[in-house]
Amino acid sequence: MAASPTVFQAVNSPTINRVSADARAASFTTRSIKTTAKDAGLRLALSMVDLTTLEGKDSPEKVRSLCAKARRPMPDDERVLGERLPSVAAVCVYPSMVPVAAEALGGSGINVASVATGFPSGQYPLDVRLRDTAKAIADGADEIDMVINRGAFLSGKYGIVAEEIAEVTAVCAQGGPGGREVHLKVILETGELETYDNVRRASDLAIAQIRDGDFIKTSTGKVSPAATMGVTLVMLEAIRDAWLRDGKRIGMKPAGGIRTAKQSLHYLAMVKETLGDAWLSPDWFRFGASSLADDILRQIVRRKTGRYTAGYDFGVA
Amino acid sequence: MTTFQEQDAAAVTKTSAAGPGRSPALEFASAWDYAPAPETTKVEIADSHGHYIGGTFVGAAKGGTLDTLNPANEQKLSTFARGTVADIDAAVNAAREAQPKWAALPAKERGKYLFRIARRLQERAREFAILETMDNGKPIKESRDVDIPLVAAHFFYHAGWCDKLKYAFGGAEPTPVGVCGQIIPWNFPLLMAAWKLAPALACGNTCVLKPAETTPLTALRLGEIFDEIGLPPGVVNIVTGDGEAGSALVEHAGVDKVAFTGSTEVGKKIARAVAGTGKKLTLELGGKSPNIIFDDASIDQAVEGIVSGIYFNQGHVCCAGSRLFVQEGVADEVIAKLKIRLQSLRVGDPLDKNTDVGAINSRPQLETIAKYFDIARDEGLDVFESSCELPSIGYWCKPSFFTGVQASHTVAREEIFGPVLAVLTFRTPEEAITRANNSPYGLAAGVWTDKGSKIFEIAGQLKAGIVWLNTYNRFDPASPFGGYKESGFGREGGMQGLRGYVKLGGDR
Repeated sequence: MAASPTVFQAVNSPTINRVSADARAASFTTRSIKTTAKDAGLRLALSMVDLTTLEGKDSPEKVRSLCAKARRPMPDDERVLGERLPSVAAVCVYPSMVPVAAEALGGSGINVASVATGFPSGQYPLDVRLRDTAKAIADGADEIDMVINRGAFLSGKYGIVAEEIAEVTAVCAQGGPGGREVHLKVILETGELETYDNVRRASDLAIAQIRDGDFIKTSTGKVSPAATMGVTLVMLEAIRDAWLRDGKRIGMKPAGGIRTAKQSLHYLAMVKETLGDAWLSPDWFRFGASSLADDILRQIVRRKTGRYTAGYDFGVA
Repeated sequence: MTTFQEQDAAAVTKTSAAGPGRSPALEFASAWDYAPAPETTKVEIADSHGHYIGGTFVGAAKGGTLDTLNPANEQKLSTFARGTVADIDAAVNAAREAQPKWAALPAKERGKYLFRIARRLQERAREFAILETMDNGKPIKESRDVDIPLVAAHFFYHAGWCDKLKYAFGGAEPTPVGVCGQIIPWNFPLLMAAWKLAPALACGNTCVLKPAETTPLTALRLGEIFDEIGLPPGVVNIVTGDGEAGSALVEHAGVDKVAFTGSTEVGKKIARAVAGTGKKLTLELGGKSPNIIFDDASIDQAVEGIVSGIYFNQGHVCCAGSRLFVQEGVADEVIAKLKIRLQSLRVGDPLDKNTDVGAINSRPQLETIAKYFDIARDEGLDVFESSCELPSIGYWCKPSFFTGVQASHTVAREEIFGPVLAVLTFRTPEEAITRANNSPYGLAAGVWTDKGSKIFEIAGQLKAGIVWLNTYNRFDPASPFGGYKESGFGREGGMQGLRGYVKLGGDR
């Protein structure tokens, strides 16, 4: 877990052929997911959503609304569908909103995820970023979504990046009040890393520092492009290699740009065929999204009733 | 570079994946399986088919009929005429009669016909894809996304050449060869028809096409398109049947050029038959193509390249990357990852949109493949097979590979023409080149490295008609295709492919 003391740490990651990786990623979009597979896939995807609001204008009321939606994505599900739909996996907010979310989600089993470490840019002194993290945990966060130091990464100072991730990991490892376990998600901000070689290198670097059960994550959602199938594939392959090589098991969270139920099924197909059955669970795969859940609900209702719902049929959060 | 302990086959498939402490493995069972997604569009298939001669569909002269089966369920799809010398004679005569007028058409008018064929094929693409999959056994995703689009692309491409031929040969004025006898295989039935017909027609020739005896249906349906678009009678004639029709076509005195794609064994017979007759000849024959992975390659993408090299179209590909050469330092990792990848290849109903590997085209071909498994076991080779379940009827072969292969082993020398790979290793680039070239064949090769300079250094030394760099089995009508040595001669596609269908000043 200890970071290398060297600033210019060598990272011996495999190279990635972008054209071939993109072609492989695109192949999952031609998987035909119908009938029972679609029904099961939509429910699985819903259970993997990190319902997210990350805006300067976020209000406590909006967060409470989001938490209500997280607990019960479709309150009239039993009447309309004849079944109880799963809750989402987590609600993802800024640190200032963690106390609100923690209160609203208390006892639900839904995690409070907080972006931290000077999200989204990370352009703050390390001690500020660590205090940001500790405060979010103290206020009730079960999951910390940290950003890496892209400036250091892009200038080749991998040792610094690794060391900082290790320090945030150490803060998370102390857990929250009452011995609450805290998981870490490391946001690579792949839109700023640009090349797949960088994405793979950053993935390997992060995976080496974090613990079993922690995640790597594509994007803040504040930089374009956010999550893409190609980037996610490269990261899934890094996770697979760490598992096969060291038995270390890491989760994956693509975030940003996944808006439709169909996209989410394509991602699930990619997870299924890259990492297999064991990762098809909210414990190991998440979608960071704000509008995805509504489209999933729309498709579930359409499958059941044959009719498309209007946008206003589901409460906005 | 990461090294993987080569995993026990059972561990890859059986051990349940879980947290630390247990053996790291991946499970691809069925936590969330894809529901069947069969292509449901119905394609009408007539009970019987005749030859297409002189613009009309006619019955067999007296050769009787043959059946064509769906290899995925062994059900008969239709009967078709078994061509005889008399049928070939009628077809060649129709082509001879049509040829002068076809050649005399203004070039851009010939181009319009080819454009129309291409457009109509696109309009009827789904029907052709389904029919191809039923007759051949290949997965619908390949016939839909590869075969049929490439067929249309070949006609489009050659439509553009019709009125530009004189720019293709450095100012020499090209004239048509005359009547072309074209014999095509069963692995890409309609695509091979397009590879043969499109350049021949563009250059002002007329054609007699003999489809393979297990896959005649899409070529015959192409005859319907010729009718629809008003192609003049006799410009393309299609005679179905077996080897008898094929030899009659090769030997017919009215044929000016023979083009054949198929086995090296039959190719040699054709070369002997044509020798001394003055007929032009192009042959596209077998292969045992090397796919070479260096230790500085992008390994995950190279593994995809292995898969598309040998498991594409059930390995029924003349340019299949059937000999894999992996540099020693990454061999364990590549083999471990290939084993994992094989578990997610979906084998089964070719009409299911999620099928990756379809049915073997015929029982004889399945027996040929089985024979090589026996030989490999006799020679002491280890085989790894996908753990997929095969349907109970139809002709099937699990995607497989042999490890511990040496250059002298039979499966490293002979073309198997199935989803079966021979895995060899090498230590130095020189060794890779020597071993890759150590083959009677020379059709294709693949090179995988992240280093640009190495790519060109290695590619220049490989004796193969096609060298793919960091990719495999990619086709384009603008790119010439053909072999060295016993893989044949002549090129198909691109500007070079036109040369086999024209006479220039110095030609007889």
